[in-house]
Parts: sequence; structure tokens; C-alpha cells
Amino acid sequence: MVSFKNLLRGSRGQNGPPSGPGKSSSGVRGRAQNEPETVAARQSRGLEEFFAHIRDLSGLTILDLGGATQQNVSFITNLGHKLYSEDFLQILSETFGVKDTVDQSNPGQIEYFLRQALDYPQGHFDGVLIWDSLEYLAPALLNAVVERLNKIVKPKSYMLAFFHSDDKLETVPYYTFRIQEVNTLQVASRGARRPAQLFNNRSLEKLFGKFESVKFFLTRERLREIIIKA
Amino acid sequence: MWNKKREEEPPKPLAPPAARPAPPPAAAPVPVAPTSFEPKKEATPVSSMPVGRIEPEARGSATIGKAVKVVGQIYSREDLFVDGDLEGTVEAMEHKLTIGPNGTVHAGVKAREVVVLGTIQGDVEATDKIEIRKDAKLVGNIKTARIIIEDGAYFKGSIDIVKPEPKAQPKPAAPAASAPAAQPVHAGAGTPEVKR
Repeated sequence: MVSFKNLLRGSRGQNGPPSGPGKSSSGVRGRAQNEPETVAARQSRGLEEFFAHIRDLSGLTILDLGGATQQNVSFITNLGHKLYSEDFLQILSETFGVKDTVDQSNPGQIEYFLRQALDYPQGHFDGVLIWDSLEYLAPALLNAVVERLNKIVKPKSYMLAFFHSDDKLETVPYYTFRIQEVNTLQVASRGARRPAQLFNNRSLEKLFGKFESVKFFLTRERLREIIIKA
Repeated sequence: MWNKKREEEPPKPLAPPAARPAPPPAAAPVPVAPTSFEPKKEATPVSSMPVGRIEPEARGSATIGKAVKVVGQIYSREDLFVDGDLEGTVEAMEHKLTIGPNGTVHAGVKAREVVVLGTIQGDVEATDKIEIRKDAKLVGNIKTARIIIEDGAYFKGSIDIVKPEPKAQPKPAAPAASAPAAQPVHAGAGTPEVKR
């Protein structure tokens, strides 16, 4: 186990920017298949806040955009909730490619992507684990995705999202987030990607302006955790 | 010419017939709806795999080999290994269904246990458990009691964990001496009727 800070530093790549994610047989993956997985554990105030709203309830419908992992499936379903799983970044890569973000402003492509990744009825979810998946979306696609999220979640539901807070980063690592406890995440590096845009608190408040509230937790690892209330 | 006489004899088998491996006991057939086969195939499971290369999971189960495509409904009363293409529905309610690494299933699936190494597109109901192995792909909704997802597996859909209902424990028969003597006994009480 390495610390999350070291993991982040290593992922920035001191030998030049990391090359794009490799491809696996099932599509685009961030990590070469034989490359050992780098895993770290970290506390998450955002996750704790998210679970504070859903842990005492059961039978909720939760959407996880980070792809299916055993830990998340077990954790959520053990709380008595129904889990929906989408590998958002995989669908993003399959739709638009890994590096090219030009197409992310094409209305037809945006509509296709929304059908692939977020084709759910209105007010379907009681909570969404977005993780860090919104960082890699160009403005047009990002606005369309946030609008769709606003549509498919129930009023008063919560979403958890992560954004890097260092605006000097050229490439940022992206992770698989596995829930260990209500306030602890196991973070496994999947590779590195160039974010389509970087955010500060003000731009994030503006992005989620249609939601009821946005709450920020700034971590020591320069990762901004936010809880969005619909 | 004694050599010529030997040539006239019928060739002897290399091994006596008794040494041949006995055919496996008649396996329960896997009925396949005969309506929409493309092309027409036998109603029994067909394997295109050489015997020595069958995956460990396939041993002792009916097999749809990787060069076989089945379109229709499959009801299996034994474990089933699918390494080919399958469209329709699969039901193996009391048994294990394994989708091999070459298997592609576009079907609704119901089984006691489902192991996915290939691809499933369709809803899956596994009364006991489902395993989605590394590099497997499942797109559909899952209803099961237990789920195992390996890293590197792809899953898109919903997961509904259904806890199995505890089986009713048969009540221990009360000693005859302690049984109340004057209790009215309703016909059928204590003997559940099984409707078929």
C-alpha cells in the first residue's frame, strides 16, 4: 500500500507526461494489463457525508458511474440498496476516443453518449457516485451530462463527485474508487488522462447551479470532494 | 503360405471391447425449441471441442461448443457450458450455467448459479450466485443472492440482491405421550399440499 499522495505524485510522471491509457480486449483501460495495480487507502469526508444520508434507509436506488467493483457492489447492496453500475469513462473513451475531445461538442455524439451512459427515467435514482468522471468532459458534453443527472435523480437526493484542485496539472491520474468503509476509500490507479477542463469552487457552483446545494471538502491531496444535493 | 492365411483373417481390434470407456449415463437432454434454428441443428447439446481440450467447468455438463449457434429456448436439467453463440432464453433452474470465454449469449438467463467468462447481453437471474470473471462482459440486470465480480470484468446494469427465503424447518414430531388428546385435528393440517 502506498500513500495516496505518493500515488498522485507518481502518476504525474516525472519522465514526461504519461502516455494515454492502453487498450484492453474489452475496450479502453487506463492500465496495461500486466502492469501491477497501484492501490492506496484514503479517508473521504465526502463519502462519509454521502453515506450519512443513505445509510439509515434501505431500498434506495444508487447509480455508480465508476464501473462495477466487488467492494462497491457488496457495500451498497449490504445496506439494502439496489445498485446500478455504469463504466462512465469506458463509455466516454468508446464514444469519443481517449485523447480527442473535439467531438465532445458534437450534438449528435453527445446525444449518443447520453443514451449509452445515462439512459434512465426521470427521478430514478436516490444517489449517484460520480467519482472523478466529470473532469474529462469538454464544456458542451459536461453541461449536457449534468443536465441529464439533474433529470434522473430524485429531488433531495445526493451525488458525490471528485475534482482535482491543481490547475497546473496537465494530466491527472484517474482511479477506481472502492468503498472500504463509510469514510474510507481504496483508490486504485487506472492510468492518467488529460482533463478537458479544470475547475475552481466558483466554476463548480456554477456548473451545479440547478441543484439545491453544493458542499466542498478540500483534501490534503489536492482532490476536491463535493456533495451535490438535488 | 502361412502368411497369406494370416492376411485373410479379419483385423482384430487393438483393445478388447470391454476395455472401451463406457458411454456416460444418458444425460438429461437439453430441449431446444425447434422453431427457429439457424441452421437446423440437433436437439441435443453439440460440442465441437476435442475431448481433451474441454475447460474444467465443462466436464460433466452439457456443452454448446464454440462453433455452434443456437437460436431458441433452452431448458436444461443438468449443468450447461456455453462456448458458442446463443440467442433466446436459457433456463437451468437447479443447475450451473457457465458462459465460456468464447461464449456470446444474447438471452435472458435463469439458473441456480451463473459463471460468466464470455459475454452476456440480457437479464440474469441466479438463485444462488453469479460470478463475473476477469475480461467477461455482462450488460443486463442481475437478480441474485450473491455476486462475485472480478477486477477487469465489465458490467453495465442493475444488481438486485435477493436473499433466499429460509427453508421451513420441519417441526420435530412431538412424543405421543405428550400430545394433547382432545385437540381437534383438521384434515390436512401439518401435511402441506404440494401442488403440481
